[in-house]
Amino acid sequence: MNENVIIRTVTQIMLPFIQIFGLYVIAHGEVGPGGGFQGGVILGASVILISLVLGKKEARKRLSMKWNDVFNSTGVLVYAGIGFICLFLGGSFLEYGVLPFGSAEKGNHLGMVGIEIGVGITVAAVMTTIFFEASEKDDD
Amino acid sequence: MNFVEHLHVLIVAIPLLAVPIIPLVGRLRLDFSWYFTFLALSLSFFMSLNLLMNVWGSGPVSYFLGGWRPPWGIEFHFDLLNSFVMVVTTFIAFVSVIYAKQSVANEISYDKIPAFYAVFVLFFVGLFGMIATGDIFNLYVFLEITSLAGYALIAAGKRRYAKMASFNYLILGTIAATFIVLGIGYLYMATGTLNMKDLAERLPEVYESRVVFTGLAFIIVGLLIKMAVFPLHLWLPDAYKYSPSVVSAAMAATSTKVAAYVMMRILFSIFKIEFNVIGIPITELFIYISSIGIIVGSVLAISQTNIKLMLAYSSIGQIGYIVLAAAMMNPVALSGGIIHILNHALMKGGLFFVVGAVAYKLGTEKISDFRGLGKRMPLSAFAFTIFSMSIVGVPLTVGFVSKWYLVTGAVASAHWYVIPVILLSSLLTAIYFGRIINLMYFSKKPDEGEIIRNEAPFGLVAPTLAVAGLCIFFGIAASVPIEIAAKAADALIGGGLWK
Repeated sequence: MNENVIIRTVTQIMLPFIQIFGLYVIAHGEVGPGGGFQGGVILGASVILISLVLGKKEARKRLSMKWNDVFNSTGVLVYAGIGFICLFLGGSFLEYGVLPFGSAEKGNHLGMVGIEIGVGITVAAVMTTIFFEASEKDDD
Repeated sequence: MNFVEHLHVLIVAIPLLAVPIIPLVGRLRLDFSWYFTFLALSLSFFMSLNLLMNVWGSGPVSYFLGGWRPPWGIEFHFDLLNSFVMVVTTFIAFVSVIYAKQSVANEISYDKIPAFYAVFVLFFVGLFGMIATGDIFNLYVFLEITSLAGYALIAAGKRRYAKMASFNYLILGTIAATFIVLGIGYLYMATGTLNMKDLAERLPEVYESRVVFTGLAFIIVGLLIKMAVFPLHLWLPDAYKYSPSVVSAAMAATSTKVAAYVMMRILFSIFKIEFNVIGIPITELFIYISSIGIIVGSVLAISQTNIKLMLAYSSIGQIGYIVLAAAMMNPVALSGGIIHILNHALMKGGLFFVVGAVAYKLGTEKISDFRGLGKRMPLSAFAFTIFSMSIVGVPLTVGFVSKWYLVTGAVASAHWYVIPVILLSSLLTAIYFGRIINLMYFSKKPDEGEIIRNEAPFGLVAPTLAVAGLCIFFGIAASVPIEIAAKAADALIGGGLWK
């Protein structure tokens, strides 16, 4: 598939849009359809698309194994971290209202965005991990 | 901030926080991943001990996640029953992580160790969550967490067939989870709530409805698969046989027991006894299938030549005791069932510890290779003997306590036909464990020379002996767990303390 000019070009053009759409879905998760999981899948799919069209080496160059593993953990850390920050600020676990953004309303809003970002990072990283693990046998 | 107030959520939250940290620190230094695992799981254990003392002293406690009040928010609710199960599960987590250090280094390839520990902790996070939660949908989520982590742990086994065993479990486990979530959906449809206490209040109005029947049936079938009750046990033997030793031990000691706890919760807390009387005869069915399961599990165990398979089939028989105890619907038998959760966790966890130690030293799982183990690995063989006597139900061991309560419970509610089942299965158990004890101590190949003492390393023997010690301790000082179990059973049957 590497030789096919049309697919390669279209992929190159589409990639930024796919990723921006992924970010959009994550960012609007708490007020509209979508959220961390869905947006994360879209982001992960963009990396998978790179490896399908441009080859696994190219994909690994853009998102190395090491960073992939780090992202796997970071997302969950963001999620649990926000939960613990709420604890330390005197609320109960994941009580976003106590986050220091002025009002409980603001705290709930931004806390949820933070959670969605954490979920998004992990889901995107796990999607690519699963893809790379599953495709390992063939050409590596 | 006031930490004490939040201790109960931290039992689940601290291991959850550890899951992403473990592979990260494992990248820095391999050792760190074990230390963090140990830290997280031991903290959980000590916090759950504190929780049990709190609940024992001052009654049930609730925790509202995110400060959202139930029935809208998710609630962690602890009464005596689930604090007790929590202590048992966290204790097994605690000893198995001590055991894991050397066992895992031997069985898992070097570069996979941090990831293995992360999944191992995740498996326990799921179990702790299932025990803690007071929200039935949250229960399903945690069930999925522990199941998915469990599939990965089984697949981590060294042998090629481990993947297949894991895949079989994955298919059956997914069917079970689907059934459970379908059933929860039906209950939600009938009542419009997911909080367990709220469900318990709203369900009696709609006991007559078909939707509720169907929902309960789906949940029960799903749980029976998860508990591996005969005839839905087919995933279990291979899953235990091919997984790494520490995984077999942790899984055999906890996961089916937690599913049994969930079944008790659903049968007694969410549904009331009256439902079981006016509705379909679930309990009758339970008594029959668990009685058959107890006998079949024991008979199949006798015919095995692989020790792990033998223990797996014995587990299928033993889980039957817990189901049987719950199905007899009287507080004495039920407290026997609750205490059997502790007892079986100790015995089966310990037995798998010994098997892991033998595999570590001799690299074998064949029963015939246990010949002369009493001389070769005296401490392990001694622990194995204690566990076997306990499973058979010899007095002064924990196994006797639970069987005693089961039999007196059966007498109390006039389920006479259960008593021969229990006695027969004890006899069968004595046959298959007696065979091994005979091999270990009294059998010698004629051409064999002097047997050299070759005990497993201290890191494997110490947790095994500690568990064996507890088997004896709770067999003699049975009053402590029995009091807790009896109170928990009274609360369940009366529906009182849960409120």
